Amino acid sequence: MREDKGIFYRIDWVVVGLYLALVFIGWLNIYAAVYNENHNHIFDLSQKYGKQMIFIIAAMLLALGILIIDPKFFSQFAWFIYGFFLLMLVVVIFSGREVAGSKGWFAIGGFGIQPAEFAKMATVLALAKYLGTLDVSLAKFRTLVIASAIILIPAIVVLLQHDTGSAIVFLALVIVLYRAGLTGFIPLAFIVLPVLGVLALVLPKFILVAVLLMVAGIFYFFSDRKLRTIVLISTIFIGSAGFVFSVDYSVNHILEPHQTNRIHVLLGQDIDLKKEGYNVNQSLIAIGSGKMFGKGFLQGTQTKYNFVPEQSTDFIFCTVGEEWGFMGSAVLLILYLSLFIRIILMAERQRSRFSRFYGYGVASILFFHFAINIGMTLGMVPVIGIPLPYVSYGGSSLWAFTILLFIFIRQDSYRYDLV
Amino acid sequence: MERIYADRKYIIIGFFLLIGLFYLARLFYVQILVDKYILSANNNVLRYVTQYPARGLVFDRNGKLLVYNEAAYDLMVIPRQVKNPDTMALCHLIGIDKQEFINRLLKARNYSPYRPSIFEAQITRDSYGFLEEKLFLFPGFYVQPRTLRKYTYPVAAHTFGYIGEAGPDVIEKNTYYRPGDYIGINGIEKSYEEILRGKKGMKIRVFDVLNRDKGSFREGRYDTTSVAGTDLYSSLDAELQEYGELLMTNKKGSIVAIEPQTGEILCMISSPSYDPNLLAGNIRKKNYTKLLQDTVYVPLFNRALMAMYPPGSTFKLVDALVGQQEGVLFPDTRYGCQGGFPLGNGKKVGCHPHPSPLDLIGAIQISCNAYFCRVFKSIIDKKSYLNTRQAFESWRKEVMSFGFGKKLGIDIPGELNGNIPTPAYYDKYHGVNRWHSMTIISLAIGQGEIGITPVQLANLAALISNRGWFYTPHVIRAIGRKDSLNEAFNTKHRVIVDQRYFDVVIDGMANVVTGGTGKIAAIDSITMCGKTGTAQNPHGKNHSIFIAFAPVQNTRIAISVVCENAGFGATWAAPIASLMIEKYLNRTIKRKDLEERMINGNLINGKTPDIERGQGNILPD
Repeated sequence: MREDKGIFYRIDWVVVGLYLALVFIGWLNIYAAVYNENHNHIFDLSQKYGKQMIFIIAAMLLALGILIIDPKFFSQFAWFIYGFFLLMLVVVIFSGREVAGSKGWFAIGGFGIQPAEFAKMATVLALAKYLGTLDVSLAKFRTLVIASAIILIPAIVVLLQHDTGSAIVFLALVIVLYRAGLTGFIPLAFIVLPVLGVLALVLPKFILVAVLLMVAGIFYFFSDRKLRTIVLISTIFIGSAGFVFSVDYSVNHILEPHQTNRIHVLLGQDIDLKKEGYNVNQSLIAIGSGKMFGKGFLQGTQTKYNFVPEQSTDFIFCTVGEEWGFMGSAVLLILYLSLFIRIILMAERQRSRFSRFYGYGVASILFFHFAINIGMTLGMVPVIGIPLPYVSYGGSSLWAFTILLFIFIRQDSYRYDLV
Repeated sequence: MERIYADRKYIIIGFFLLIGLFYLARLFYVQILVDKYILSANNNVLRYVTQYPARGLVFDRNGKLLVYNEAAYDLMVIPRQVKNPDTMALCHLIGIDKQEFINRLLKARNYSPYRPSIFEAQITRDSYGFLEEKLFLFPGFYVQPRTLRKYTYPVAAHTFGYIGEAGPDVIEKNTYYRPGDYIGINGIEKSYEEILRGKKGMKIRVFDVLNRDKGSFREGRYDTTSVAGTDLYSSLDAELQEYGELLMTNKKGSIVAIEPQTGEILCMISSPSYDPNLLAGNIRKKNYTKLLQDTVYVPLFNRALMAMYPPGSTFKLVDALVGQQEGVLFPDTRYGCQGGFPLGNGKKVGCHPHPSPLDLIGAIQISCNAYFCRVFKSIIDKKSYLNTRQAFESWRKEVMSFGFGKKLGIDIPGELNGNIPTPAYYDKYHGVNRWHSMTIISLAIGQGEIGITPVQLANLAALISNRGWFYTPHVIRAIGRKDSLNEAFNTKHRVIVDQRYFDVVIDGMANVVTGGTGKIAAIDSITMCGKTGTAQNPHGKNHSIFIAFAPVQNTRIAISVVCENAGFGATWAAPIASLMIEKYLNRTIKRKDLEERMINGNLINGKTPDIERGQGNILPD
């Protein structure tokens, strides 16, 4: 391992190509989203697209930097990096700047840096490091507790910054745990509970509980009817029923008012299109008006005349939908899915457990951002302000996602040397 | 050991693909399957600004401008942009009170806080002058130019009609019209609407989220320019129309004059009338209500087309023509008259004293009732018909060929059919076939169930002067170019009476004026044919009727005059017709005494109509 084989040695060009394509698409659409006739030069540094270009160049330099670093560095310093960003997350609560209601920003020069974006990468490193240790097994309770703690500690700190969106993202790492052997019930619960929650808000609760009871009955009927199974089924049923009855209270009393509103908007209840429902409605209008082939680059009227708020950041997908239509949107979706699947396949070819779990972590984080962000613009998920990886405007997120991905690319290129 | 979990990658990849497909399906639904989003998108940014074309002008037969447009302004409001307005100042400028201001603003806001609504419609150019200077003080308000119909002469209101905003029923049926558009509601404004209105243009402007105008959409690629309406050349003679209305001051009735060679209407007066300027612009609604509520003078009622009168003795001309055509009457046919025509039950159709017996010319000249009752009886009782019914049907067909009993098809809406009774009517009244010539003898002298409109009467005079044919009377002689004749009216209608039978009738009519019942109408310098009529009116004094044409050779004007409740035809209708002919042919009136007597004659219970003439203002309550 001492001999360096060059920074592009066995690099996976497919994933690099997908990355570059997304970054380029992002830049073009940021240009379209903030375009105005007075500053129409795409390299104008006073405008977001000019800044994004600098962010992109910086991201490329970061990527190159990572490709220079010894691939073993990341596994060896994983705990240190994790600890460092955990510290940053705490520090930023006390000395950070508040942007859009969350206190997660350091002001450095004219730019804001958001440690939460980097903390995801650090958490993936730490989790992979821990799961990569030879004697861990998620069948053991102790392992599960430690792994959960690695994920939840930064998530809770981020939550303290009032950045709910970023905090939720950490939950995506359950996919890594699942791949590492966690029982399928928990990720299943992650999918079933939100669905159950929505149903609980829409349907009468007693009907829902009756249905749950029927389901439990069917499971019991086909089960081995041992005491252990009966206890398990009963526990799940009671838990679900309890959840159903607590949803209303949680939504109306635990969540903050704007979050409550976002859930009502999603469910089509009490929508005031001029207030709570405005973003989603305008987002759907912009996307829907793109039709099959879109209105063309810089021709999107909703985009150009600022009908969608936050369009260069969280709602960047509206620009794609309006100007490039269904075809363009579909191409973007396919690029993302290709990226995720490519990362999974790369992860599976790792000989090092650390590298494999790290790869899964990368895929999970990127996928979760993708699913929440696009789901939000399409009105399928409540409005949660998290960026679309590589495409949304913003230095922190672009750099953090770049580092996240290139650490993996670096690990992958040395997959035969790392065990 | 995690190798045993390697298959879980399929579940994870499967889950990713599932979400991806789910979003793709959602995109397909939002972008391809439903249209509401693209409609909303256009709603968001595009404002369609209508370019209103100038409506076509109307000229009279001598090239005088009758109807034109004047600039007017709609005061528009965008409620969201209204900021701390000095309400009282604006109220003062447009003459409304504060409550009205609040109501209007609320109404506009309810329509849309972002879109312009009309706040005050059709502000005249004069009022606009004041407003314009102060408008910058009222953010959210702006003016949109419109046009206002103006009338050079305060006459011919019924012919011109009026325009108003297209109502919801019109908009529903005709996609051309949008709320706020004007449409002709009556008169030629209605019948020539599609020619006069021109073509609206549309400018598409782009507005951003703060409702700021960002310029034209795609450099105006989809903008259309408006096309001005086509001008109309009316056959009306403005001076004659004005003179006729003057003569009809304080009289109920109608004057219709036609140029027989062309069917062009020279004037059409329905009295009492109103100044057409009263129904133009934002004063229209108030004034219309007042005119509509005037049940004494009924000024909105166009008597020339919509009033049916029994034609009285003027109908004897028809008897004379049909009788000859049927071969039961000859110029030298003589009938005696001993004070009337006996009905056989001790009663008779009375007649005034005159020499007896008379031939046809004499009977027309003297207007002998008995003579024409016998003519009518001989038609209905003619041996060659199987029965009364068949004879009557033949008579009816011939009479209707004169343009009676059905709409002439004049180019002004609202014309009535008039009435020539059907056999079925008599069947119902007297029993099937239980009626005969004596039962319906009053038709002979133009009384009974017969109903004829003033324009049909004028057309009778015209077709007699033409010796048996007429063009459908019309008020628009040319469209667009002065010399291009209105193609809708170039069909010659022939009467079912041979040309040769007309000479004797025309001679008789000439004698009416030279030495008969219409002597009062005689003018030294002009040869004239006429016929008096007195329509019995069960509700009051008889209606005075006169039809005439002049000169006898190369006739230029045929006229009908009806004066309601004015007594004999000779008393009012004949002098008025005569003055009209003199005015039209000589352009000046020599008989000042007669003229003055006619103008000052008040036949409406001595009451003066309180219609303000020529002021274009709001009527007094």
